[in-house]
Amino acid sequence: MHLKNPKDFWAGVMFAAIGIGFAVVVKVNEYPMGTAGRMGAGFFPFYLGLLLAILGVAIIIESLATEGGPVGKLAWKPLFWVLGAVVLFGLIAKIAGLMLSIVVLVGVAAFGGHEFKWKEALLLGVGLAVFCYFVFLYGLKLPFPVWPAFIEG
Amino acid sequence: MEQLLSNLALGFGVALTLNNLMYCLIGCLLGTLVGVLPGIGPIATIAMLLPATFTIGDPTASLIMLAGIYYGAQYGGSTTAILVNLPGESSSVVTALDGYQMARQGRAGAALATAAIASFFAGCVATFLLAAAAPPLAQIAFKFGPWEYFSLMVLGLIAAVVLAHGSVIKAVGMILLGLLLGLIGTDVNSGLARFSFGIPELTDGISFVSIAMGVFGFAEIVRNLEQGEAREVFTNKVTKLWPTRQDFRDAWPAVLRGTSLGSLLGILPGGGAVLGSFSAYTLEKKIAKDSSKFGKGDIRGVAAPEAANNAAAQTSFIPLLTLGIPPNPVMALMVGAMIIQGIQPGPQVMAERPQLFWGMIASMWIGNLMLVILNLPLIGIWIKLLKVPYRFLYPAILVFCCIGVYSLSNAPFDVVMTAAFGLIGYLFIKLECEPAPLLLGFVLGPMMEEHLRRAMLLGRGDATQFFTRPLSATLLFISLVLLIIIMLPAIRKKREEAFVE
Repeated sequence: MHLKNPKDFWAGVMFAAIGIGFAVVVKVNEYPMGTAGRMGAGFFPFYLGLLLAILGVAIIIESLATEGGPVGKLAWKPLFWVLGAVVLFGLIAKIAGLMLSIVVLVGVAAFGGHEFKWKEALLLGVGLAVFCYFVFLYGLKLPFPVWPAFIEG
Repeated sequence: MEQLLSNLALGFGVALTLNNLMYCLIGCLLGTLVGVLPGIGPIATIAMLLPATFTIGDPTASLIMLAGIYYGAQYGGSTTAILVNLPGESSSVVTALDGYQMARQGRAGAALATAAIASFFAGCVATFLLAAAAPPLAQIAFKFGPWEYFSLMVLGLIAAVVLAHGSVIKAVGMILLGLLLGLIGTDVNSGLARFSFGIPELTDGISFVSIAMGVFGFAEIVRNLEQGEAREVFTNKVTKLWPTRQDFRDAWPAVLRGTSLGSLLGILPGGGAVLGSFSAYTLEKKIAKDSSKFGKGDIRGVAAPEAANNAAAQTSFIPLLTLGIPPNPVMALMVGAMIIQGIQPGPQVMAERPQLFWGMIASMWIGNLMLVILNLPLIGIWIKLLKVPYRFLYPAILVFCCIGVYSLSNAPFDVVMTAAFGLIGYLFIKLECEPAPLLLGFVLGPMMEEHLRRAMLLGRGDATQFFTRPLSATLLFISLVLLIIIMLPAIRKKREEAFVE
């Protein structure tokens, strides 16, 4: 099927799916609905979800009648490397310490750029690590482990 | 009047302590520093620097710093708009129109100075207005029942839709989505953990820093990397900072008009800096005898919107501090910050913590002064910063964001969550769903539910009071009218044109 307005169509699908999702979770987990005078935990989210679902369907219908631009290609490369680097940072920060984690974060994120030069990335990573040491650990005294766990002991 | 002066005196007493002055200065500097970076608006800037303010033990100092970050970011955005034609966010879009043209004609210095002086003037007026209007408004707020609060929030959310770019119906969707996301976590009334899927971290709800930073920070980085680098910085030294006498004569009336318009629009729910600068620019173009110079470097096109957006940025604190309701996403972030500091925003803040309240207001004025004094000589540094290639900038931004999020709870969860919202935010960009209403909905979600429940409980299940209480009915009526107006095809077209411009 040819979509005339794919951006709106998929936005509608997204809203409808999330709205239904919330409403279904309320029902499946049996969050109490309560009464109008004494609303339970499920009342507000259920009807909000329903409203969002209806709106999503309305957007889908409208998208079939209007012209609009394509969604466009997703930029998988920066998406993967940038967000991947962030997740990696979150996972290793405690074990590897802040210094090493920053170098890793910068190094991995640099793959998402247009050209990767490992020397540049390494230098930048080390520079930022030193900067952060002084600002966040020395200055603001954030409770981060500085070095990897096996060194700090 | 006397009361006002003594309040201000109290405020200045607090704000002028060495400690608070320092935090104000740091806030302004950091805010400008990050705000200058292309593609980063005030929301992302505040989200990024927010965790830094948590480390300060004193709530007054940390809110002073946060406010400093806010107008620093606003000011930094204007600098970028003038020098690179890459406005960091929508409120500087208008400044870029004439400001960038002035820069191309070698008058970057005059444009920057005009922006700074206009902002300062507007900031002074709006701060005074805030100090004068807040106490009586807070008195009214005490008369608000849950009905009025609920209806006011409805109005605020609808007004946010009016301001969102692009499709109205999608903006409504984003609001509903935000409200739902805000409900994730433990229900305050029953203690039930909603939508937590057995993940213990989720019972506290999603951190609004995660959402703001993911959607406005990470998603933007990915988008910028996708688009590639195309920046043209006016590298030639900015000479002749001072505007000519003719410039002054042209700019003054525009500054005055911008200030009044901005102050007014900032108070409205859903208003704020963006609406202020757009309207001020349109007004200037309308009333100018010779409007042909607009868009080609007319100084009025810099002065009016800059005054308006700063005035609005300041007066949008009014609904936040008196009613506890954020009128725009930036103020939504402020609510989050206040709650983390243990302060429930609302009319009681003024009575219970006068030091904090008046100290913050006085520090706004000081912060504005600092910006003028600091930024004119520091322009050289900002220009150097703008010349740094993006491939060096984005890893640095990422590092600061990650440290900020991680330090929220010192656990990987928040970082992973932020990355997830980065992905979601990127999808929003691809589907042309404006994320600002989502953030507003997210903060208002739990408040709305709470007030709705309370209203229904007091009314014993009777919803008609929403329509029979005069104030509540009026608020709902205005929301309805707004909604109908923007749905009308004719206005819709006009609105699209306004945003394209």
